[in-house]
Amino acid sequence: MSTRQGGAREEILGRIRRAVEGAPEVEIPRGYRTTTDVADLVELFAERVRDYRAIVHVLPAAGVPAKVAELVAGRSMIVPDGLPAEWAAPAPGVDPRSADGVLTGCAVAIAETGTIVLDTGPGQGTREQTLVPDYHLCVVRADQVVGGVPEAVARLDPARPLTWISGPSATSDIELNRVEGVHGPRTLEVIIST
Amino acid sequence: MSATFLGMPGDFPTNAARAVKDSQLRYNLRKATHTIRGKRAAVVDELPDWHELRAAGKAVKDETLRHLDRYLLQLEEAVTAAGGHVHWARDAAEANRIVADLVKATGETEVVKVKSMATQEIGLNEALAAEGITAYETDLAELIVQLGDDFPSHILVPAIHRNRAEIREIFLDKMGDAPPGLTDEPAALAEAARLHLRERFLRSKVAVSGANFMIAETGTLVVLESEGNGRMCLTLPETLISVVGIEKLLPTWRDLEVFLQLLPRSSTGERMNPYTSTWTGSAEGQDFHLVLLDNGRTDVLADEVGRQALRCIRCSACLNVCPVYERTGGHAYGSVYPGPIGAILTPQLRGMSSELDASLPYASSLCGACYEVCPVAIDIPEVLVDLRAKAPHGAAERAGMRVAGWILNDQARLARAQHAAIRLRRLVPKRLPGPLSAWTDTRDLPEIPDESFRDWWEREG
Ligand code: SF4
Repeated sequence: MSTRQGGAREEILGRIRRAVEGAPEVEIPRGYRTTTDVADLVELFAERVRDYRAIVHVLPAAGVPAKVAELVAGRSMIVPDGLPAEWAAPAPGVDPRSADGVLTGCAVAIAETGTIVLDTGPGQGTREQTLVPDYHLCVVRADQVVGGVPEAVARLDPARPLTWISGPSATSDIELNRVEGVHGPRTLEVIIST
Repeated sequence: MSATFLGMPGDFPTNAARAVKDSQLRYNLRKATHTIRGKRAAVVDELPDWHELRAAGKAVKDETLRHLDRYLLQLEEAVTAAGGHVHWARDAAEANRIVADLVKATGETEVVKVKSMATQEIGLNEALAAEGITAYETDLAELIVQLGDDFPSHILVPAIHRNRAEIREIFLDKMGDAPPGLTDEPAALAEAARLHLRERFLRSKVAVSGANFMIAETGTLVVLESEGNGRMCLTLPETLISVVGIEKLLPTWRDLEVFLQLLPRSSTGERMNPYTSTWTGSAEGQDFHLVLLDNGRTDVLADEVGRQALRCIRCSACLNVCPVYERTGGHAYGSVYPGPIGAILTPQLRGMSSELDASLPYASSLCGACYEVCPVAIDIPEVLVDLRAKAPHGAAERAGMRVAGWILNDQARLARAQHAAIRLRRLVPKRLPGPLSAWTDTRDLPEIPDESFRDWWEREG
């Protein structure tokens, strides 16, 4: 750190200390919900993901391999290490810049907002692998679905880079017309394994 | 961009009068603000605990500001421990210098950017250009603004003053690789932008971003977006430089549970924005630099009434309900921070020595709608009234009288102003605030039925 930088740091901290001197302490009221009372997490999650115009399949675990095989047929797919072997054979080396799509699991899913969170852990690939291809197929296990945002935040590890996905890439910048996909996968397909 | 936005000429009344005459602009603004407003109300009503979340959001931010020195040091330590580098910038010039030096050190002459109000505030693109570095905006709306050699006019939809035909013209004129048969279909325009930007993303070595939140406890940065250009910028380049205002801190990881509910619903009216990225230090081997920006924020912090503006999470809900913004658009405010929040934040950050900045606290009918929707409960009318008292007389009063004339020449506007006066009675008893007092000094305020603001807004808004 240069001397000039040290000067800026000390000066800003000094200004802050003078600015808040004598200001009252603040109590944070946490009366909001930290658990979400949802009768059927999977059903709500599926409904909310569909609201984003993503494609959703709800299947018993035994049906997942056949569905995955059907959906990836004919596509060059990135399949990262760490997915259950029965879903698909790993194909981690495919170049994301030429791949048609990527198959992943997830870290957590949120029913109330229809959100999938990736944390680059096993079966989730790198951030680049899930971003550049145009098609993302994600398998969510029912036990990964939580009710609301607080439950998800509590389960996640901030040391890992996280990507929260709520529907495909979208823009509303042109006269507020929603257009799917400027960057990021334009098609998001989700299999919920029950 | 050829000119720095901060130097926009004129004062608010002059700019506003020009904008009000532009019927295309008024039509676009009305459509945009009413659409987002409706969506916001629907998704906010879905949450039974909205009031509790709002109270928590307000208090978390106040607590952060109260101990900002401590939390910034904690952040610095956590970012550094995770392999990142932290830089401190007292003002715009210092921040621009730091970023330019970091870019030069990589040997690159191009950077990609994800929409960042902080870098607009400091005029980073212009400062980099002066050093031979080209900064490319990658948010679709920002791309439209940049190619059109124009200024953003809304926090959330910066190109809302442009219609599809204009956007097509801009692309054909300035994009170089736009397909010659380009139509003005939004999907076709978005596709052209996708192709144009994709090449750039894949070859860029350096990216510049802002951040919505920084977590002191963990050193984590958080960016919310829709298009994926954020993910592209944050993930692909070898070097990432984030320029963030010192007020964007949250103390703990857990605090995200509040703000990831408040922000998307207030902003785009969605339950969640399509993409949120979080990273801590040098994620996946990237070289990460965080530039902490003061640039007037500590002056705002020193003002007991005005400091609440630093709670702002830039959701834009206050713009979308503001009857003045709806008619004038963002350019009239002459700042990257338009609408009600801009009317209090800009004069506080920049001082009120220019006629424009002195006139901004008058760019409001004080109807209170902005306070009602603000997810962190910033009492914008209270700060406006306080700033009016502090503005240098002369210029500000002239500006104020002209805004007053504009409000008073229409019955509906007058009703709103009166209603605001009711809300503000504890501050300005029996008189309309500011320059409107000339009018009430000779008249009694009519009785206003006692109804909630929400009911009134539904009926009149
Ligand atoms: S002042 Fe409040 S409503 Fe306006 S942009 Fe900031 S947080 Fe949103």
